[in-house]
Amino acid sequence: MDALREARVKTFVDAFRFIADNPHLLLVKTAEHLELSGAALGIALLLALPVGLWLGHLHRGLFLAASISNVGRALPSLVLIAFGLTIFGIGFWNNTVALVVLAIPPVLTNAYFAVDAVDRDVVDAARGMGMTELQVLRRVELPLALPLVFAGIRIAAIFVIATATIAAIAGGGGLGAIIVNRASYGDAGVLAASLCVSALAFLAALILSLVRRAASRRPVPVP
Amino acid sequence: MPGQAAELVFDEATKQYEGRDEAAVDHLSLTVRAGEICVLVGPSGGGKTTALRLVNRLIPLTSGDIRIDGTSILDQDVVRLRRGIGYVIQQVGLFPHMTVEANIGTVPRLYGRPRAWIRTRSAELLELVGLDSSYAKRYPAQLSGGERQRVGLARALAGNPPLMLMDEPFGAIDPIVRARLQDAFLALQKEVRKTVVFVTHDIDEAIKVGDRIAIFRRGGRLAQYDTPQAILERPADEFVAEFVGADRALKALALHTLAELDLGAPAGGPPCPRTSTVRDALALMLQMDAQKLAVTDERGVVVGSVTREQLLS
Repeated sequence: MDALREARVKTFVDAFRFIADNPHLLLVKTAEHLELSGAALGIALLLALPVGLWLGHLHRGLFLAASISNVGRALPSLVLIAFGLTIFGIGFWNNTVALVVLAIPPVLTNAYFAVDAVDRDVVDAARGMGMTELQVLRRVELPLALPLVFAGIRIAAIFVIATATIAAIAGGGGLGAIIVNRASYGDAGVLAASLCVSALAFLAALILSLVRRAASRRPVPVP
Repeated sequence: MPGQAAELVFDEATKQYEGRDEAAVDHLSLTVRAGEICVLVGPSGGGKTTALRLVNRLIPLTSGDIRIDGTSILDQDVVRLRRGIGYVIQQVGLFPHMTVEANIGTVPRLYGRPRAWIRTRSAELLELVGLDSSYAKRYPAQLSGGERQRVGLARALAGNPPLMLMDEPFGAIDPIVRARLQDAFLALQKEVRKTVVFVTHDIDEAIKVGDRIAIFRRGGRLAQYDTPQAILERPADEFVAEFVGADRALKALALHTLAELDLGAPAGGPPCPRTSTVRDALALMLQMDAQKLAVTDERGVVVGSVTREQLLS
């Protein structure tokens, strides 16, 4: 029993040694990982944010938002990547499409529900004072919905960064290329790459929280 | 930006929701004269709020017309129409993510006014509604209900609209603050002289603030449209009489102040300011068990006297 525990501890130590010994490899793979995740998240935001926000503004399309969310959760990314192989072949776009599909549901549903939930009286006042529909959305609904919108983006970012590891099986590179290749990198390499993925996801979540805090100036309560 | 006061005309204005037998507003015709406060009052479901929201087209007309200074609301761009109409609602609807100043500056900003201009205007309006300038940088969450309502009023006035729509503006506020807000609003109206359409379900509020009162009955039909005095003295039918209340004779006493009476020579007795209503003066008299009151002016100087008989005649 002790020998097993010792072996585990040793793997951890080795993992950090692996990081120290292979900074270049990890940096390249992390960059690939970020490129893939960033592209997927960016495309997902471009597609899902305007649709989610506008549907929320109209208080319509609840069924659509909910359906997209459920389908997105039910479809395993691995299946999508395998499916995509037959359409896009091996490489970047196949993986990107699979990750976009993964990222859209949390972004879209959160954007929808965030705007949908903004106090109707506030919106009524805005419209009654002569704001155009776009002004109502941009000046009133969006700022008030921002925290929830950002929560959706944060969930999507974490999903995408974590799931981008399986891109390696379709030739997508990234940190997953190390994780699925135990034969070459050993337990230490696999663990080291896993730690990097975790760190990335954590970092992304942190950065998005900070951005959200900076973007939404909430009233300060009087002591 | 607009200014002055506008005449508002409802001309057979009707709102019929699809799939409902009864109209929400049924062939409503009435004229609100420029600079007057018209109170829409009635039971819930009477269509008074719907009638109000027809004016700024938050609810589209089914048939008929509404004209502001002779121009049909249907002939104007809806966004421009709304910017020219002040709008105050019960829940105030202040933007929680904006300061008081930014809230007040909403319409001027839509008109493209520069920042400095908006700041000056906000300060003026805050003073006008009785809040000091330190409120400018606060957020709505930091205000009391009454203060919020004042800011809502200032915001509606910021574009200097010739017409104001107020939907139960003091409805959610406790009676004491409410009375104070009503007084502040009436004092303000003396200065700005807007045309105001004011919705309430409270007949006492209607009597207090209205130059004219429109009483609605269920089905969005106008039961009576007249001055408070006329409605109290000559209710058009049983419905109006019942809605106004059995104590309408007493309510009528609240329509006049001591200043309107022929006061007797200064005499002793409990002091009462001449701005008090006859009703309040009577209440004071009964409470103090006095036969005479000493009527005072704004500085508290006794200027005359009034007897019980005088108040009741």
